[in-house]
Amino acid sequence: MIAIIDYGAGNLRSVSRAVALYTPDFVVTQDPADVERAAAVILPGVGAAGDTIRGLERHGMTEVVQETIASGKPYFGICMGLQVLLTESEEDGGTPCLDIYPGVVRRFPKGLTVPHMGWNQVRQTQEHPMFAGIPDDAYFYFVHSYYTDPEDTALTAGATDYGVTFPSVIAQENVFATQFHPEKSAGMGLRLYENFVAWATGARPGVARGVRVGP
Amino acid sequence: MLTTRIIPCLDVHRGRVVRGQQFSADKDAGDPIELAVRYNEQSADELVYYDITASAEERGIFQDLVERTADQLFIPLTVGGGIRTAQDMRRMLMAGADKVSINTAAVENPDLINDGAEGFGSQCTVLSMDVKRVPQADGSIKWHVFTHGGRRQTEGEAVPWAVEGVARGAGEIVVNSIDADGTLAGYDLELLAAVCAAVDVPVIASGGGGTLEHLFDALDKGHAHAVLAASIFHYEHFTVREVKEYLAAKGIPMRLN
Repeated sequence: MIAIIDYGAGNLRSVSRAVALYTPDFVVTQDPADVERAAAVILPGVGAAGDTIRGLERHGMTEVVQETIASGKPYFGICMGLQVLLTESEEDGGTPCLDIYPGVVRRFPKGLTVPHMGWNQVRQTQEHPMFAGIPDDAYFYFVHSYYTDPEDTALTAGATDYGVTFPSVIAQENVFATQFHPEKSAGMGLRLYENFVAWATGARPGVARGVRVGP
Repeated sequence: MLTTRIIPCLDVHRGRVVRGQQFSADKDAGDPIELAVRYNEQSADELVYYDITASAEERGIFQDLVERTADQLFIPLTVGGGIRTAQDMRRMLMAGADKVSINTAAVENPDLINDGAEGFGSQCTVLSMDVKRVPQADGSIKWHVFTHGGRRQTEGEAVPWAVEGVARGAGEIVVNSIDADGTLAGYDLELLAAVCAAVDVPVIASGGGGTLEHLFDALDKGHAHAVLAASIFHYEHFTVREVKEYLAAKGIPMRLN
């Protein structure tokens, strides 16, 4: 079973519909016990860092997210589900995060149009089963004002240019986390969900049932 | 490289798409979801549903449409029209919209922008403004903000209103030129450039995109970050893909796959 963590930050409809295209075996949950039981975990998120951390704490999810990552279960972080993995965020006057990866979440420099909003390319800098069937420099949909700056640059699995070059994908061992929103990225984004379901269930990537999804 | 967004806008009335002509709804242009799916297949970068419905009962039809669309489409969906309160915004976001655009209600109650930004995030709080050139007594021209679907003139001017909207937390500004709306006479390029120079959030050009050159000018001379257009797509004057191929050939960064 895949657990999609709902910490009250809004609508998880698109994420759950994307997962549902490839497996019926998932739950959208506010209960840490479901996350502990799950074979794989998705942490989606929109909004501000402070709200995200408070939402995770309120639902008793901080420890279970840390345990998930330590346990080796496949973890798919989306947007805030990526940013919270670092030490702290500059957002909301400085927000301590989960500190799984040393580093800071920084605001885009002045002079850029912010949010970074729209379709941008992801340059694959690591080989990863999650990238199966996704060409290098494919476009994904971004909407964010802060970007991750991890101390260990080897964490970067995908890089994107917007005034600065920042990690749009961070991956290490069981963790794969994107700054962009795969559930808003049409066919290429759905391919990531398909690959994650394959990873979570031990199936070969790219063999989930075909769905007509447009480009 | 960040690509420029091409955003088909569907005006929806009683669950059907209509074509706006100077803000009065007329011709039926089809089933929204059918169109939405087609635009997605043509690499539309986002979609907008604009509800021109009047009654509360019909709002339910619109909400149901948003839900059904969000269940099938995996690109960003913005909804607008008739959003009066933070509760309206919440209802649309929970139905599956990614962004909510507010217009008249924001002019009447600017705190609604703050409420949206603080409650749901700037990324889903879009300030849309209807703007018309108004000749002044001294012979000059000012860009006045209009409300109620373009029918009511306010004292507010477009550029200061955009600046205030961003200060209150709007994450995106839609500039809809009434002079040009639905008449396919082109975007108001000076207006666009003035708004773009004044704010640091994305600005979307809306209204009056009748030809490929109009769209290019809005991006090139108007400096808009995205263009929103309706009739140019509905009647298949051009497909989204044809528009994107044209703009790409002119050097505008486009997502074509």
